[in-house]
Amino acid sequence: MKRRQFLGLLGAAGITATLGTTAQAAGGKTFDGYPDAKGVLFDATRCIGCRKCEAGCNKVNKLPAPPKPFEDLTVLDRERRTDEKTYTVVNKYQGKNGPLFRKIQCNHCMEPACASVCFVRAFTKNPDGSVTYDASVCVGCRYCMVACPFNIPAYEYNDPLTPRVMKCTMCHDQIKKGEIDAPGCVGACPKEALTYGRREDLLEVARERMRKNPGRYVKHIYGEKEMGGTNWLYLAGQDGFGALGMREDLGTKSVPELSAGPLSVVPMVAALWPALLGGVWAMNKRKEKVAEEETKAAVKAAKAATKAEADAKLAKAMEGAERDKAQAIEREVKRALEEAAAAAKGDDAGKDGEGA
Amino acid sequence: MTTENKSLMTPVNIITGIILAIGVVITVLRFTKGLGAVTNLDQNNAWGIWIGFDLLCGVALAAGGYTTSSACYLFGMKKYHSAVRPAILTAFLGYALVVFALHYDVGRPYRLVYPIFLQPGTTSLLYEVGLCVFLYVTVLAIEFSPAALEWLGMKKLRNTVHKLTLALTVFGVILSTLHQSSLGALYIAVPSKLHPLWYSPYLAVLFFVSSIPAGLSMVIFEGTLAHKPWHHMMDKTHLDEHEGVILGFARGASIALAAYFCVKLVAVAYDDNWAYLATGWGAWWLFEVLGFVALPSLLYAIGSREKNIKLIKWTAALTVFGIILNRFNVSMVAFNWQLPASQRYFPSLTEIMLSIFVVTVGVTVYRFIVSRMPIFFEHPEYKDAH
Repeated sequence: MKRRQFLGLLGAAGITATLGTTAQAAGGKTFDGYPDAKGVLFDATRCIGCRKCEAGCNKVNKLPAPPKPFEDLTVLDRERRTDEKTYTVVNKYQGKNGPLFRKIQCNHCMEPACASVCFVRAFTKNPDGSVTYDASVCVGCRYCMVACPFNIPAYEYNDPLTPRVMKCTMCHDQIKKGEIDAPGCVGACPKEALTYGRREDLLEVARERMRKNPGRYVKHIYGEKEMGGTNWLYLAGQDGFGALGMREDLGTKSVPELSAGPLSVVPMVAALWPALLGGVWAMNKRKEKVAEEETKAAVKAAKAATKAEADAKLAKAMEGAERDKAQAIEREVKRALEEAAAAAKGDDAGKDGEGA
Repeated sequence: MTTENKSLMTPVNIITGIILAIGVVITVLRFTKGLGAVTNLDQNNAWGIWIGFDLLCGVALAAGGYTTSSACYLFGMKKYHSAVRPAILTAFLGYALVVFALHYDVGRPYRLVYPIFLQPGTTSLLYEVGLCVFLYVTVLAIEFSPAALEWLGMKKLRNTVHKLTLALTVFGVILSTLHQSSLGALYIAVPSKLHPLWYSPYLAVLFFVSSIPAGLSMVIFEGTLAHKPWHHMMDKTHLDEHEGVILGFARGASIALAAYFCVKLVAVAYDDNWAYLATGWGAWWLFEVLGFVALPSLLYAIGSREKNIKLIKWTAALTVFGIILNRFNVSMVAFNWQLPASQRYFPSLTEIMLSIFVVTVGVTVYRFIVSRMPIFFEHPEYKDAH
């Protein structure tokens, strides 16, 4: 993975600001691994399955003695993997021309899955190429075991309170202290099936062997690119890597590269969601307010209309009443006049009778 | 006093007591003999049902909290107000139990705060999950606290907290979006171990989108379960709104499931994994996606259209089961699919019992709270205070 992307991951989680020195390196440079990183080349065509590497590893790392001695080769009849008491194992496979052997241990990825998925940074990719583990911070979530494409880290399941993740360290501590100058397994191999050296050099050695021995190897260095490249490299005979029980479908993308996408979305969600959700809230709030105002206005208008109507009705009624009243008065006056006229007529008639 | 003792000896309480007692025994075993003694975990299968069920399902099914509160407070669907408190309570208990269960699963639970306070591994999606869950549990505790404060009669504090509702809701949705999706993204690291039909670069989207119908269905499902035993605790508003909540949530879940179905198809199309559909794994995938995504989407639509409450309730159960099935498939069934059968994981009886214990603890605390605090009813002193 390019250093820039790696920093992108860190930046994505919002801590770039605290890492002044590395932030500078983001200026378009790439990081292709520590230049002097060491590694081991395993040549399957040389391995005879003697388990001396297992014994050497056990001794150098002071691991508990196995139930069956290392000289017992019947152990090879069953496929095994690394566990909390065994950093490396040799497995036997059936090839076209007799048995094949492969040694398993941590491949010391260039961009380790275990280190990138660890949420307390308990794993370190060291400049010497090794990937080491710090039990003093480990929470024991075991995501490293889930994420490791090679199924290497093992757990002390039977330790109730202080279990550790156990795996090969490429003898990082012992070499650093000067106790040994190559990993325990490499030193113990009687057939030079294991070669310790700079990874860059080992790739050359591997290519040289393929060139010098046409037809002996399949043309592939396992670990050169698998899962972003590993510091442990493998050469296999014509049976190929699949015959050695190795996954050939892992691809070349490292785990940090795979998880860069989802990690990069995190700060965007944090940045955009408040505006988005706040916006939705504000729109609804406004809608409610507008609706409320509209209701108020409508009520007011309705009230006004009702009032006007009532007034008109009243006015009309009043007008009617006035008219009725006027007519009544008129009628009354008329009648009074008529009555008065009638009375006057009667008086005249009486007067006339008297006069005759 | 005697009558109270008598009333405690109900069948439900007796079963609860037995399960809690078994849980205590397993707890002792776990912390004296180690994970190896109580689980079927091994070097190839580092995560079992305590992750697959307690964590993945626990978080997905607690999504009712953010979906309900955002519907009510952000999207303006005020008629769902009476559903908010029960949903927040369930979410709070759900997350609290997730954290509780993690104490059993991780090797050194006393260090669970290390990633947050001591040495954050910011390149890890699990760090993202951890930080969000830590913050969200806090948010939910605050969101839930008014109910407890009303019960305790702490009026002043309750009113202060109540003012934070909007901010907490927005923060809760951000955190939920992030960790719901990141739980799926955990598996983006393992393309070589998870079956291609379940592995996808869209795992984050799949987990987030599916959490929405999961949450909505849980609200319906839980409302159905709670309706009978606590009917007397529910006020008129709650009872009146109950049917509206169910119909509305059914519509929402139907649409969300339809969207989830589309994302599922896109995920298969993106990597051109159609050929796997013709295999046994394909049949299992179709069983999950047709039976527990497409079918409930359709049933919800029919149920809400015809106002068939009974159908909706059964569909909610179907959806909840489907989400559990999906999380199991990703974390266990389709995980390590290439290993020979002898190396595959199946949970031990003690693992299953502990998960049942954790759920029982949750149900017990839920029963305690809803029988006392204003969850299904509005506290008379705080009516119209929303």
